[in-house]
This record gives sequence, structure tokens and C-alpha cells, in this order.
Amino acid sequence: MGWLIFVLLFWAGAWWLNTRLSTSSLASTRGVKLLVPAIFGVTILVVWEGLVRGLEVPSVILPAPTAIASKIGASGPVLWEDFVQTFVKGALSGYVIGCATAVLTAILIDRSSFLQRGLLPVSSFIAALPIIGTAPIMVMWFGFDWQSKAAVVVVMVFFPMLVNTVQGLASSEAMQRDLMQTYGASYWQTLFKLRLPAAMPFIFNGLKIATTLALIGAIVAEFFGSPIRGMGFRISTEVGRLGLDMVWAEITVAAIAGSAFYGIVALIEKAVTFWHPSQRVA
Amino acid sequence: MRSLLPILTVVAAIVAIWYAAAVWLNSQWTYDQAARAGVEIGFSEVVADAWVQERPVLPAPHQVAVELYDTVIDKSVTSKRSLVYHGWITVSATLLGFVFGTVLGILLAVGIVHNRAMDMSVMPWAIASQTIPILAIAPMIIVVLNSVGVQGLVPKAIISAYLSFFPVVVGMVAGLRSPDAMQLDLMRTYNASRAETFWKLRLPASMPYLFTSLKVGIAASLVGAIVGELPTGAVAGLGARLLSGSYYGQTVQIWAALFAAAAVAAGLVGVIGFLQRVTLRRMGMQS
Repeated sequence: MGWLIFVLLFWAGAWWLNTRLSTSSLASTRGVKLLVPAIFGVTILVVWEGLVRGLEVPSVILPAPTAIASKIGASGPVLWEDFVQTFVKGALSGYVIGCATAVLTAILIDRSSFLQRGLLPVSSFIAALPIIGTAPIMVMWFGFDWQSKAAVVVVMVFFPMLVNTVQGLASSEAMQRDLMQTYGASYWQTLFKLRLPAAMPFIFNGLKIATTLALIGAIVAEFFGSPIRGMGFRISTEVGRLGLDMVWAEITVAAIAGSAFYGIVALIEKAVTFWHPSQRVA
Repeated sequence: MRSLLPILTVVAAIVAIWYAAAVWLNSQWTYDQAARAGVEIGFSEVVADAWVQERPVLPAPHQVAVELYDTVIDKSVTSKRSLVYHGWITVSATLLGFVFGTVLGILLAVGIVHNRAMDMSVMPWAIASQTIPILAIAPMIIVVLNSVGVQGLVPKAIISAYLSFFPVVVGMVAGLRSPDAMQLDLMRTYNASRAETFWKLRLPASMPYLFTSLKVGIAASLVGAIVGELPTGAVAGLGARLLSGSYYGQTVQIWAALFAAAAVAAGLVGVIGFLQRVTLRRMGMQS
């Protein structure tokens, strides 16, 4: 009972604090903008912990955040091994191969408007399909190890990336292309000095979408068969053994890896497309 | 219709490459069989055999088409071998979850737009959630709900709901904020209440954004429902067809299930696109 009352009080207090903070004159400062969601996040964790303890929820249904944290601390090597297997070997290599092939394909088909008109609708159609379903096929073709996961990731990131790059290559203005022509620039000079830089916002949009897809692809593909390591493998086997604290630990690692991956790509974008209006500091 | 010919060319090229790849990938098995039997075989026989194997590495398009015809049209829809039966199980979970996720997403977006504290607390998390692989929670939800006695449609629908929830929240918040200051000022000069501003300006203005995120949401819902069918051990649904196909090496069955899933996804997105066109045209937003 004590825990439940504590949870209610904590929730009310945090909510009051956030309301005050967000209506105060400091609301638009950077610190408060970070503080408010942080308070909200901590509140969720405290409420979760309090409810699990107060209602005595068994750990096979929902482990408390402290239990998950101690599990993360206790099984560092296993989590690291899974992370390397799934993220570095599976997701990252597939991401690099898939995105690079898509950009090259986009540059190749860019010269033919016939191919563009044919490939673009087909690619956007395929991009909307549940490509994750190719996972069992890839596992059959490339075996249980990370190669099959990388293959799933390649197929998943290829089409969104292709569509974005083709759009990006078409985004330079006619006036700008005319200017390059008056300079007597060759096709490749125009490509590298005008059209690729102009395409960067679109390419990075595709790269950012692909970060999430890559991680999802690598994890879900492991549900169809994997060696005895990897995040998806650990999640599916620990679920079977009702070791839910380990499952949550893996999910925490996956969440951190996913947002860090996205954050790094966003940082690179900031450095590359500093000229774009969306990056200007007001 | 100008692009019809290019599209058909590309599709034809894909089918041609597929047939060629089927020969290339399946020929190994044919050669092995021939070597074991001690007979020489010519290239034309290899090609003929590569397209009719029972468990090919890559089934030829017509094999998949035949399997699809068999399991969609020939089998009665109540049969456990009918893809319509499995597809319906997946679609019903998808739709149930999608409706819940969308309604909750819209409600949260309305709250975020009208409450500054909620906006500052929840919105960063809703955006961050787009970068993390939440699909990884799917097996846990299935097993945990199973252990408290909830099974069948509901656990899959919950996965579908939370996958469609976040895109809808983010899209709907952007949509409800899309009226510019001039329009909001005009509402103020009319002395419109907050509710009136919401119903007459913000909600109609948000429709294009809503439909765009609904398309993303329903595709995510379908993926969620399919992945949600994996941990229960291949009972029913398109995901189960994929899994049992991969257990027993039934490649034709996997490809047929994959195409069925693709058709379902295209159908669902198409329906939303149709609703979008009709709604926006009635509202005079798009010709």
C-alpha cells in the first residue's frame, strides 16, 4: 500500500513540476527543454518500479527497472557479444552494403528517364511491403550466421534509399543545371559539384529511415534461425525460459543502439548539409 | 499512363532475372542428382528441371503462382491450408490493432497540442521511439499475455496497435499544428473558442498529415501482426506460414505467403490511399 501511495504522490509532484516548468518564463531555454522530458522519463521508471513492488507483480510478467538494471550490469559480456553479432556484423554491414548499392543504382538509372519512370513506382511499391518476410528465405540461402541477417537488411534498406536518392538527384533546379552547362561542366562534374550535394538532404533522410529498418531487420531475422548469440536469438530464447529481465536488458541495449545509430547519422547530416535551411540556427 | 510501358518493362525484366536466377540456383541440385545416377545431362534438361523442382532453392515465378492459385482459390476458405484463412487471421489482428493504435494516437496528439506540459514531456519520447526497434518487444508481449491466459487475436493486435501508435502521434501533432498564425488569428477575431478552433480549423487542416501517417501506420501494423505470429510456434496466420515453411524447407510455401503478405499490404495501403483521395476531394483540398 505504501508503494502505491508513494507512486501517486510522486506522479502528482512530477506532473506539477513539469506544468510549472513548461509554463514558466524559462520554458524555451535549452536546459528546461531537456529537463522536462527527463523528469517525465524518470517518473515513468519510478511509477513502474513502484507498481511492480506495490502490486507484487511477478517478475515473469514484468520485472522492475532496478532488476533490469542489475541484470544489465551482471551480464555485460553476453550483451556485448549479442550486440556485436546483431548490430556490428548483421545490421551495420547490411546497412552499408544496402545504402551504397542503392545510391550507386540511383546514379546509374538517373541517366535514363525510361528506367526512372519504370523503377521508381516499382521501388516505392516494394518499399511499402513487409520485406521482413524475406527473412526465412535469406536464412535458407545464406545460413544461420550474420550473413543472412545482413542480406535481409540489404533488401530492407535498399528500396527506401533508392527512392530518396532518385528524388534527391532530381532536386537541383533547372537554373542551377543551366549554370553548370554555361561553365562547360561535364556530366560527372555536374554530378559531383551540383547534383550530389543538392541531393544530400534527401539521401540523409533515406539514411535515417534506414537506421531503424536495419536494426529491426537484423533482430527479427534472428527469430528465424541464428547461431547461439545475437539480440534476436537471446530475446526469443529468454522469452521461452521466462527470463524477462534478460529480455528487457536486450531491449534496452537495442533501444540505446538504435537511437545512438540514428543520432550519429543525424550528426553527420548536420556537418554535410550545413547549408540547408532546416539546419540553420535561428 | 505515360509510365505504364516503363513499369511493365521493369516488371518483365524482374521476372526474366528471376527465371534465370532460378536456373542458376537450382541447377546444383539437378547436377548432383545426375552425378549420383551416373548420367550426363544437357543444359536444356537442367533448365527444365530447375523450374519444376519440389523444394527448389528459388522457386520459379510460375510455381509460386500455382501455389498461390491452389491455396487462395482452390481450397475452401475454412481449410487450414487456405491462404485466405491464414491471411484473414493476420488481417483481423492488423485491423483491430491499427484502429486502437490510431484512436489512441489521435487522442494523445490532441492532448499534446492543447497542453504545453504534455507536449514538452511526451513529444521528445514519441519522436525518439521512432528510432528504436520496438518490434523487438513483440515476442515478449505474446508470451507474457499467454502466461496470464490471453491468447489469439488480442496479443497480436496489441503489437499492431503500438507499432501504428507512434507514427500517428507524430504525424497528427504536425497536422494539428499546420494552420499558420494568420489562420489562427482569424479564428480569434471570430471569437472562436478552443473547441471551435479545433473542430473547424485544426482538425480539417490535419487530414493530409493524418492520412500520410495512417499509410505508414498500417504497413507497420501488418509487420507487427506477422512478427507476432512467430513466437507462438506457427499456429495460424501469414507469419506462421512463413515460419512453418522455413522449418520444413517448403520454399514454394514461403514465397506464396510472402506474396500474399505483399498483396495484403498493398491492399491495405491502397484502401487508405483511396479514402485519402475521397476525403480530401470532398474537403476541396486536392483536385
